[in-house]
Amino acid sequence: MPPRPRLTRREALLGGLTAAGGALLSGCSSYDLPPTYGNVLRMGDALTYAAHRTLLPGQSLVREYGRADISSFPAIGTTDPGNAALPTFNPAFGERYAQLRAGGFADWRLEIAGKVARPGTYSLADLKRMPARTQITRHLCEEGWSAIAEWTGVPLGHVLQAAGILPSARYVTFQTFDHWTDNIDMLDALHPQTILAYGMNGGDLPVPHGGPVRLRVETQVGYKSLKFLRRLLVHDEFDDLGKDGSMKNGWSWYAGI
Amino acid sequence: MQVTQRHARWVRATHWIGAASVLALAFSGFVILMAHPRLYWGDAGNDLTPALLELPISRNHRHGGWTTPTRFAEIDGRARRAGPTEVGDAPVSASRTYEIFNKNGWGRSLHFLAAWGLVATGAIYLLGGVLSGHVRAHLIPRPGELTATHLARELADHLRLRIRPATGGPQYGLLQKCAYASVVFVALPLTVLTGLTMSPAITAAFPFLLTLFGGVQSARTIHFALWASLVLFVAGHVLMVALSGFRRQVRAMTVGD
Repeated sequence: MPPRPRLTRREALLGGLTAAGGALLSGCSSYDLPPTYGNVLRMGDALTYAAHRTLLPGQSLVREYGRADISSFPAIGTTDPGNAALPTFNPAFGERYAQLRAGGFADWRLEIAGKVARPGTYSLADLKRMPARTQITRHLCEEGWSAIAEWTGVPLGHVLQAAGILPSARYVTFQTFDHWTDNIDMLDALHPQTILAYGMNGGDLPVPHGGPVRLRVETQVGYKSLKFLRRLLVHDEFDDLGKDGSMKNGWSWYAGI
Repeated sequence: MQVTQRHARWVRATHWIGAASVLALAFSGFVILMAHPRLYWGDAGNDLTPALLELPISRNHRHGGWTTPTRFAEIDGRARRAGPTEVGDAPVSASRTYEIFNKNGWGRSLHFLAAWGLVATGAIYLLGGVLSGHVRAHLIPRPGELTATHLARELADHLRLRIRPATGGPQYGLLQKCAYASVVFVALPLTVLTGLTMSPAITAAFPFLLTLFGGVQSARTIHFALWASLVLFVAGHVLMVALSGFRRQVRAMTVGD
């Protein structure tokens, strides 16, 4: 009888798979998986998120374009939160937005709350005094279309540092004047191209595109880049944001794909 | 004798898991396409730019729900590639006023879940196929087999519907080998690569994908062309299974006798 090999093919395969699985799981120390609610589609989304966070190099920059590449750009979703005639109108903040717009957004403030040492508010002028970043990037809508525009704003990471973000902070939630809310993890929040944009194509950010200030998350598809920002909330634990969040409305929380 | 050879168990298993993944991908892909049934070339393409191809497949096809296009203030007057819906030669913006068909919430999640199924099954199949010799023995035409006369004769036979009866195993004809090999080694890998090119997180890490396919919209258009060719393949494949003995073929690919 031939001697039993030290490692059979089956054992080698199993050992390899276990090691790969272990390597995958060990990556979990830097992120938490979003909840799946036992929903098989949300499990697939969680797998994609885990694979991206484990296998992709962190915070690679998306491609930036030249001014000649700037394209026409549709405005979709809420195009004016203050217009009571539109079906997207929400009185909770819509009337306030209309007042702010009438005053040229001079009284607009971005509130930052939660796990920061110095919660407070920032005016448009405050944000414009911070270091600016201008980037010409591609907006990719989940619907399938794309558009290239130049965005000017302050890196979100800088604003978070200015507010004294606490070491335990893991997520940033955004609340808007059109009553939308969503959040991103700290890897995307501190990405150098994740900015609070107040300028578009060299001018002020137009209202249909989210003026006075919108979020740009260039590593995810368009619906994560919320328009008409009102409030930022920094927190330690994952929050699906209930009935207002993307997950309860049937959308993947992570949209890097 | 060769004729007694049957489909190996791992070939049968990967065939059906792969088939289920491809069907789920083809269906969810069509649902996603319905949200924006226009195809473009390059990196930017949307309702305000000219399309390469408009597919009349949902109520979003050429909908007129747009406000009058306006130019972006600061980039007026620059020389630009003009499109039929652009104002003069400058990029424009318009607000959408029409509620589109959009089932992308579950469509995208199902698409990416099935994509995991295809990638995992495909990797096992390719690994198993190369290691077991299945690819060399059955999928790649033998030396001297791929000649113009042989190809012409097989083509003529198929067009006259003179189909050889099923062997119940991997003894494939020349056209069969060509069809299977182009699906396994060309169409499916290209579909996966063009799909990955539509992920902003992946192209941030691997920008060569954008260069390879000439932009995200080109990748989307190629992805659609591959979808169409794979749907044609499945139709032809099922037709050939039926013509060569449906019950015999299905038994050979399931229970394996």
